[in-house]
Amino acid sequence: MLVSYKWLSQYVDLNGISPDELADKLSRTGLEVEGIDTPQEGLKKIVVGDVKECVPHPNSDHLSICQIDVGEEELYQIVCGAPNIEANKKVIVAMPNSRITGNQKIKKGKMRGEVSLGMVCSLEELGYSENVIPKAYADGIYFLPEDATPGTPVFSYLDMDDAIIDISITPNRADALSIRGVAHEVAAIYRKDVCFGERKLVEDKEDNITSHLDVTVLNPEEVTNYRMRMVKDVKVKESPQWLQNVLMNEGIRPVNNIVDVTNYVLLLFGQPLHAFDYEKMASQKVVVRRGEEGEQLVTLDGVERALTSDHIVITNGEQPIALAGIMGGLDSEITETTQTVVIEAATFDPAITRLAAKDFALRSESSSRFEKGVNLQTVEEALSFAASLMAELGEGTVLAGEVVATEDLGKDEVVTITQDKINRVLGTNLTKEEIHEIFLALGFEVALAGETYTVTIPPRRWDIQIEADLIEEVARIYGYDRLPSTLPKGTYVSGGLSNQQQFERNIRQVLEGSGLTEAISYALTTEEKALHFVKNAAPLVSLQSPMSEDHRVLRQNLITSLLTDIQYNVARKNTDLAFYEMGNIFISQGESDLPKQMKHVALAMTGLWQQNSWQVSKTAVDFYLLKGILENLMSSIGLDNKVVFQPTQAYPELHPGRSAELLVEGEVIGVIGQVHPLTGKAYNIPETYVAELDLEGLFNKNRQGIDFQAVAKFPAMKRDIALLVSSEVTNQQLLEVIQKQGGKFLQQVELFDVFQGEKLGLGKKSMAYSLTFQNQEATLTDEEVNSAMKQVELGLVEAFHVEVR
Amino acid sequence: MSLKKQLEALRDETLQKIEQSEALQELNQIRVETLGKKGPITEVLRGMKHLSAEERPVVGSFANEIRDHLTESIEEKKRELEELALNEALRKETIDVTLPGKQIHEGTSHILTQVMEEIEEVFLNMGYKIVEGSEVEQDYYNFERMNIPPNHPARDMQDTFYISNQLLLRTHTSPVQARTMETHDFSKGPLRMISPGKVFRRDSDDATHSHQFHQIEGLVVDEDITMADLKGTLEVVLKQLFGEERDIRLRPSYFPFTEPSVEVDISCFKCGGEGCNVCKGSGWIEVLGAGMVHPNVLEMSGIDPSKYSGFAFGLGPDRMAMLRYGVNDIRAFYQNDRRFLEQFKIKELN
Repeated sequence: MLVSYKWLSQYVDLNGISPDELADKLSRTGLEVEGIDTPQEGLKKIVVGDVKECVPHPNSDHLSICQIDVGEEELYQIVCGAPNIEANKKVIVAMPNSRITGNQKIKKGKMRGEVSLGMVCSLEELGYSENVIPKAYADGIYFLPEDATPGTPVFSYLDMDDAIIDISITPNRADALSIRGVAHEVAAIYRKDVCFGERKLVEDKEDNITSHLDVTVLNPEEVTNYRMRMVKDVKVKESPQWLQNVLMNEGIRPVNNIVDVTNYVLLLFGQPLHAFDYEKMASQKVVVRRGEEGEQLVTLDGVERALTSDHIVITNGEQPIALAGIMGGLDSEITETTQTVVIEAATFDPAITRLAAKDFALRSESSSRFEKGVNLQTVEEALSFAASLMAELGEGTVLAGEVVATEDLGKDEVVTITQDKINRVLGTNLTKEEIHEIFLALGFEVALAGETYTVTIPPRRWDIQIEADLIEEVARIYGYDRLPSTLPKGTYVSGGLSNQQQFERNIRQVLEGSGLTEAISYALTTEEKALHFVKNAAPLVSLQSPMSEDHRVLRQNLITSLLTDIQYNVARKNTDLAFYEMGNIFISQGESDLPKQMKHVALAMTGLWQQNSWQVSKTAVDFYLLKGILENLMSSIGLDNKVVFQPTQAYPELHPGRSAELLVEGEVIGVIGQVHPLTGKAYNIPETYVAELDLEGLFNKNRQGIDFQAVAKFPAMKRDIALLVSSEVTNQQLLEVIQKQGGKFLQQVELFDVFQGEKLGLGKKSMAYSLTFQNQEATLTDEEVNSAMKQVELGLVEAFHVEVR
Repeated sequence: MSLKKQLEALRDETLQKIEQSEALQELNQIRVETLGKKGPITEVLRGMKHLSAEERPVVGSFANEIRDHLTESIEEKKRELEELALNEALRKETIDVTLPGKQIHEGTSHILTQVMEEIEEVFLNMGYKIVEGSEVEQDYYNFERMNIPPNHPARDMQDTFYISNQLLLRTHTSPVQARTMETHDFSKGPLRMISPGKVFRRDSDDATHSHQFHQIEGLVVDEDITMADLKGTLEVVLKQLFGEERDIRLRPSYFPFTEPSVEVDISCFKCGGEGCNVCKGSGWIEVLGAGMVHPNVLEMSGIDPSKYSGFAFGLGPDRMAMLRYGVNDIRAFYQNDRRFLEQFKIKELN
């Protein structure tokens, strides 16, 4: 809402209050000011000019040479390119060395050989938005009133010396969507009175509206106010300067004296009006009803609108002539030939108006006010005011009376509240007198009986209905700055992280310690990506109307998010990457139940792990690096003895020979692998290794805690064993046998060499393990260890026909 | 030459050799040659049997004296040479300490996670608990329970991604609070919680808008919670997050779920209130929205608003990180450019 400081000051005394002060005060008490615009700011030496002579430029087909009186002794010659320049008009002149909009300096110069001492300006050149410039001047210069004095600054003629305060009105304060509403607010915060005066309405007693118009509202509950007045014999023309100025300052384009009055009243009262051309309505009837399927209406903007029974329409008894509360019809538009005007003042159902405005994508100043409510107290006054002003500006006559189809004048709201309640909610110690004074300043009636205030709120503050509303009014007028600062008393409760939250933080810490950087990606993705790296695709959670192709459904895996991140990085020459992400995946449970939400963590690595350096040569990331990181993670959460890596080919996006599922207690809790080269190609990324784990799955497993053992007093013994074995046999298989056969003193088995080569024979490999034995109670003897090793050997030979080397 | 003279000559000769020797090996050889079983001193001592009984002890003692003297000289020279050798060895081992060290890998947590954890810590220390909740919500919990009925104009403040007529991507983390309120047992103490997490708005992504961002909302409900408590709590929290010297300002605002509602500004942490590009010249930066929980919200959660009251607040980690570090494009948080993420490695003290 743009508020003209000059206009506002007509209704409430702003003497001694600068626009800046006013804006700051409004912001601190409830109406947030977004900014203040002073139209004349930055402009310099812009004066009224009187065009005495205007002749075509000899060397140009579009320029004119003008002799202009700018208040100096001699006329100034200025070359002008505007098509509408003519003699005997008062124009806006930028003098030599002046500044126009955009801090642009105007100098004297020559145009096609003719001296030009400055420039004749359009409104746009003074900084006006093209949206507010009257159509007649859209492509040319603007004409000032005939009585403007040459040589004087133009600003006061255009009210550019005003300050326009831009207020952002929250949905609860629709009462301030009008100059009068803001005036009430200013009066309350400065403890002043508002003075709106009364506009005199002269009616033609001989000619009553009822003999010309009959109005019916079919659904009075949706259209609680509907009244009309008529003005006859009007001359439709340009509005007077003052009215054009107000509208342009308020960001509205002046059109003609009739339409401008409806907009003026809209801004002044917050009451949307609509003006119809009576002759073009083609009937003497107005019927307000729901639209019918198949009905059409061409609105003022020239667009044909298909109506349905969801919309309220104004009809002439047969045809729709306006979309209620949103936009009028083109057929009954006010034009230069209009003689009789029918003015409508109404209130339409907020929800129906809102949905209709949404349907037609036509959010207007009118519809947004109907959505949020209007002051029921001034519907009638706004209508009379408009009729009277139209008659004045259009030199017409107001017909006697109005037609009132429905009427709801609103009623005072009565809310009771106690001093104690106010102080208890705010934490203040306000006295009875202080509270009383605030209610009065707001223009409310107050009666105090014992402890209880009975507050009577007029309909113009329809936002106030309950205690909490009144408390807010007291707080903001009293001032939030003045509230005390305390901390909640109450009993102490120990908060803290839940076990699962702590578990997640631990995992993040371990992964970062392992060299992975955390990524946070978008949860919304494409249908394709959502289901990659997912073994059993489940129903997706899809948006009804997505904003873009890339963000249509909620992800079911995090790996693809990381691959997207890698793609982004690789495209920017960041090639060595190690990322992890923790986030939720979603499985739909139908249209009304919440989807299943599960927290996962994914890892992805590509490029070099170790850069070439003066000491070591570069190494690329590989499967075993990522696996090592996972193993370390598992051991840090007490699962290292329980996790099994089992080869898998169930993931089409993974390399079939380089992927494994992680099993804990027989349950799959994750997957690791190299991204399949074809998938990599589709993502445009190089060789990449990925893993994803189900965090809740991990959290719920029987994880080991710390079980302290004193450091062994007796020495451990190490034995190595090298095996020649078929290359089909896996490390896991060998380990299982070694561990089973190794006896109770076997503490640790480490693989220290794997070798495959021609001299070993086809299909053979050598695996070398180091076994550590330890007895906590005594020193181990060679015999004990030898016998354990013997058992290991026997077991391996029996199971895999290994050859001990 | 008498034995004594011989010994003296031997002593002087050997001392000179010791003095001149440059290597341990050489010194060892001198020791073997002079003091060994076949050496001259042993020889002298062996020849003593020809001496008279009076002379024998005198010569013997003199020979021992010389042997001890030489032994000691050799030892001393040996220590000297060893030290030299060690120094030489150390000199040879000298390295260029300005060569780079070995690469150590450590990842960085995402700046949004860092900011959120910093905020979480402040509240955890004040006895709040953290509840995360569901990112997909029912319209009922996201809007109606927040006092925003269907077709309420406030719904325009939050453009929504709908999944079905009942389900949507939460537009704020408030539904977590509604769900927590309805199960909280006030006989076990007041409710103090924060709900951090992802939220979604139907926005086109650009430098200042993101269809996904983060929120941390907080809620305290108990008997006699006042607006002054809200003000005091926010002062403590914002001073911890932005510095002791910050001023805090409350401005009236509107949220359907709180009344009174306020927006909270802090004095600009860059210019201290003078006016700069961070605060757009105003000296103040808006950091959060807050208010007293609307009685309708309490009532819908089964809490008696005549007995209990509460305050709620919400802040945006994305915005906070942008303000604090001067990040000028919100998309940077979700693109995960390595060069962006790794700048936040330094663990700053607050």
